[in-house]
Amino acid sequence: MTIRANHMAYAEGMEAIESDVLDKVAAGLAAYDYRRYTGADVERALRQEQLSVADYGALLSPAADANLEEMAARATWETRRHFGNSVQLFTPLYIANYCENHCVYCGFNCSNRIVRGRLSGEEIEDELKAIAATGLREILLLTGESRRQSGVEYIGEAVRLAARYFPAVGIEIYPLDTGEYAYLHQCGADFVSVYQETYNTDRYEQVHLRGPKRVFPYRFHAQERALRGGMRGVALGALLGLDDFRNDAFAVGLHAHLLQQKYPHAELSFSVPRLRPYINNTATGAGGVRERQLLQVMLAYRLFMPFAGITISTRERAGLRDNVIGMAATKISAGVRVGVGGHNAAEKGDEQFAIADPRSVAEVHRTILARGLQPVYTDYVRAYTPC
Amino acid sequence: MNDRLIIGGHAFRSRLILGSGKFSLEMAKAVIEHGEVQMVTLALRRADVHGPENILDYIPPGITLLPNTSGARNAAEAVRIARLAREIGCGDFVKLEVINDSKYLLPDNYETVKATEILAREGFIVMPYMYPDLNVARALADAGAAAVMPLGAPIGTNKGLCTKEFIRILIEEIPLPIVVDAGIGRPSQACEAMEMGVDAVMCNTAIATAGDIALMARAFKHAVEAGRAAYLAGLGRVLDGRAEASSPLTGFLEE
Repeated sequence: MTIRANHMAYAEGMEAIESDVLDKVAAGLAAYDYRRYTGADVERALRQEQLSVADYGALLSPAADANLEEMAARATWETRRHFGNSVQLFTPLYIANYCENHCVYCGFNCSNRIVRGRLSGEEIEDELKAIAATGLREILLLTGESRRQSGVEYIGEAVRLAARYFPAVGIEIYPLDTGEYAYLHQCGADFVSVYQETYNTDRYEQVHLRGPKRVFPYRFHAQERALRGGMRGVALGALLGLDDFRNDAFAVGLHAHLLQQKYPHAELSFSVPRLRPYINNTATGAGGVRERQLLQVMLAYRLFMPFAGITISTRERAGLRDNVIGMAATKISAGVRVGVGGHNAAEKGDEQFAIADPRSVAEVHRTILARGLQPVYTDYVRAYTPC
Repeated sequence: MNDRLIIGGHAFRSRLILGSGKFSLEMAKAVIEHGEVQMVTLALRRADVHGPENILDYIPPGITLLPNTSGARNAAEAVRIARLAREIGCGDFVKLEVINDSKYLLPDNYETVKATEILAREGFIVMPYMYPDLNVARALADAGAAAVMPLGAPIGTNKGLCTKEFIRILIEEIPLPIVVDAGIGRPSQACEAMEMGVDAVMCNTAIATAGDIALMARAFKHAVEAGRAAYLAGLGRVLDGRAEASSPLTGFLEE
């Protein structure tokens, strides 16, 4: 795709679905002005048993900073009520890092000179075995975003292999059409993560210079296509710091809320990535999103949608990760490598970003127990036989 | 007094059933002991026989496992999960949960009836979690359920017996054990349910979110026992403010 193509227009071959969710999120975002909220709005929101969208907006506003402790206490209670003591463990496996997109904030971007690689079926299986040996039972397969180098058939084969070793298989790949999601679901994948990065379409246009990812609406509707394709759960998120994080977090929450209304069976979860440095770019920091603000976002997600999962990744330091599990986060990665492979043999491709918590599965397990929580390795029974 | 809860031909002294999904493993063991429960639910999706820790290892011997089908969104998924539970040695009991709503976690009564028909035919002792609807409860009984488990309030809310009047109808009309499942938040609510005449109460969140979990387990044990005793004793009448003489007012007649 050429640089600066119309980022709001579908490219040829991309499936367009009938949905009003994008319009509703755009309208909600246009009307959202976090500067208008006062302390009284925040306190009123915290008195509600079930938060409205407006209440949720208040909790994301600067006015709620003074109530962070109260939000943390309520979030802890809500997390315990819905998830008990459990904290789920998982790990990502990057099977390829080829990419056709030029995203200015990402180490995999096609203009960044890094070592590219793709695992063969045999190498994937070796990695899966090595990961399964650590006790993990849930895996997230990732690729860079390249249909040419990591086609749907290739990913399907990886999912089939993963389903042999892991009850829960998720994918974090480029957005697909409904039928392609259905195919990967039949191969054994049940969970799909797609992050919109930013919901500000102007900013989105500025940071996605070329490639299929540049098409904002196709990416936006990926979760709906995944659910229509039979996937059980979808994860949403914005790359906090890429644009105004309060607006982006508001849009993520609203997006999830609308999906939940439309697909009540869907298992929804949030991720809260902040910008990280990557190879050939050590300058990319957290984009002005401090830990306090990151926590505010997580707490607002928890209070608005208490039943939704929240994942905390190794982008964050151990001290932060350890303290947000049980309070807001319900899922934590462990034993993470963000290069291609690297669990069993040497990495075959460079890393996407720098991680901040290199602890092993056993170390994270011990930490969870020490906090009075229960490490959960599996929380899913696949209710079908993968083809 | 030999007052036993009979479900599927099995007798239980304890009428408190424990849900185990929200406890640490060690804690679950302690709660089972302090609550003196004899039946414990087990989410099959958590029972990881290949994992580093398995909840089955923490359930003391002699406890009846009640594997549940949590995670099932329709009858077919529930049936598959129940069969898997039996295959890994969890026995014939199954707490049937079919939930197709991730926000409120309310049971899908229609799919629950369908799954009950299939599982009962296969010899399972089926205990379906259900929204307290009389017609559905009758259908579950006809389908071969061994008990019915109406919700008192949505899962995890600790709101108590929001559906009290509907549970009362089930007690009167359904010839199966009635187990209140979900929503019970306080021992007093468990006691109230038992006083009404339900046969057992299931708890999870109320104990798991308590300050002293072991002590709360004991509190629930006593509350369930007290409620059962009150039911068997027959509650005294409530007079709605009208007076009642302790001696007959009509005793002078025919003197």
